[in-house]
Amino acid sequence: MTEVSVAKEDVAATGELVVLKSVNKHFGALHVLQDIDLTIARGEVVVVIGPSGSGKSTLCRTINRLETTDSGSITIDGNPLPAEGKALAKLRADVGMVFQSFNLFAHKTVLENVMLGQIKVRKKDKKAAEERARALLDRVGVGAQAEKYPAQLSGGQQQRVAIARALAMEPKVMLFDEPTSALDPEMINEVLEVMQQLARDGMTMIVVTHEMGFARSAANRVVFMADGRIVEEAAPDQFFSNPRSDRAKDFLSKILHH
Amino acid sequence: MFDFLSDYDDPTLLGAFWVTVQLTVLSAIGSLIWGTLLAAMRVSPVPLMRGFGTAYVNIVRNIPLTVIIVFTSLGLANIFGVTMGVPDDFEAKAFRLAVLGLVAYTGAFVCEAIRSGINTVPVGQAEAARAIGLSFSQVLRLIVLPQAFRSVIGPLANVLIALTKNTTVAATIGVAEAALLMKDMIENEAQTVLIGAVFAFGFVVLTLPTGLILGWLSKRLAVKR
Repeated sequence: MTEVSVAKEDVAATGELVVLKSVNKHFGALHVLQDIDLTIARGEVVVVIGPSGSGKSTLCRTINRLETTDSGSITIDGNPLPAEGKALAKLRADVGMVFQSFNLFAHKTVLENVMLGQIKVRKKDKKAAEERARALLDRVGVGAQAEKYPAQLSGGQQQRVAIARALAMEPKVMLFDEPTSALDPEMINEVLEVMQQLARDGMTMIVVTHEMGFARSAANRVVFMADGRIVEEAAPDQFFSNPRSDRAKDFLSKILHH
Repeated sequence: MFDFLSDYDDPTLLGAFWVTVQLTVLSAIGSLIWGTLLAAMRVSPVPLMRGFGTAYVNIVRNIPLTVIIVFTSLGLANIFGVTMGVPDDFEAKAFRLAVLGLVAYTGAFVCEAIRSGINTVPVGQAEAARAIGLSFSQVLRLIVLPQAFRSVIGPLANVLIALTKNTTVAATIGVAEAALLMKDMIENEAQTVLIGAVFAFGFVVLTLPTGLILGWLSKRLAVKR
């Protein structure tokens, strides 16, 4: 008996971190997520790609329940995702989220943005929170902008602050919902470099993106979605050089030959 | 020309306007608090609270203020025996009842101003706040309301100016504020037009700075996006 339970805990501690089982969601008549099964291991970097409207952003947002689901189960580190209330808030604190439109708190300085969750959710004292916030801002390369307001920063800087804000909560997993899609081309790399660094440091990451270069170099696995289904899952090399499904071949031929 | 003013010493002109100022300031504080609570109810995820907030606003803002103020005195005080903590002091009781009525009425307008401000805050702000693990009330208090307030300082100035002028309705239940003194003066003196001008000027002196200061504040505190 003891051995069995120890073995189970072992699996939870080292293996599967995010598990989605037959998740379904509708927007009205549109079946936007269809029987999604997806397992993400601890330390894994999974890149979700696919044509727009394929449900990849929705998938990303269901994992911390910014979108509700109609059926199926989502567990994070062995705990089923609570429907609402304090339990949900507690779980969200463990799941970092980076948005396409940055969503930094507009009325707070960069430093306050990164301190807020630490103080209000993690109950850290102000001094420790500020120390960690400044260290994280230095790490993503915007330490000099700490006293400014978000609107005074470039898009790339704002997105790096948003990554620091999510990291400040010491999340178990980070969700990136098209983090570079709203950026000017010359700012995309500064954000991708921060994400590459995170991946190398062993952070578990789920990244919805159109940046195929990032998928190739940083991902352990590529998940290809189309029309609300996961069509293909493969290692990046295999997926980009030798996609199995016609849908993926079609998609890649459209984006890679320009 | 203004010598008639010296015939009035209980209250004096300044004394009467001082009561107006007190009514305004206390009712403003009360209605800002009550209006914010109502707005929080109207956006809350609890259907019962949303229902109460909606019903309250739609009933109270559609009743004439005079009816509400008269009801506080004839209804609450005389029939239900509400004494506001001062059963024997008629003046203090009338004053407190008037503040209660003004807060109940103005709160509905404050609520709607703040609610329109909440609608100007991008959804992403609340989503980001929820994503770092803040509870519903924290999201509202720390992220949404502070931004909502800043965007509705202008409309709130309108509400507060209206409140300043609405305090004159308190005269109907015998609160010795500016409008009650004006009525006395018009009954007893010949210079009706002059009296009207004096009181009109008094109210402009009170409301003009409110508009100017809040207009300046709204520019200064505007959230840049």
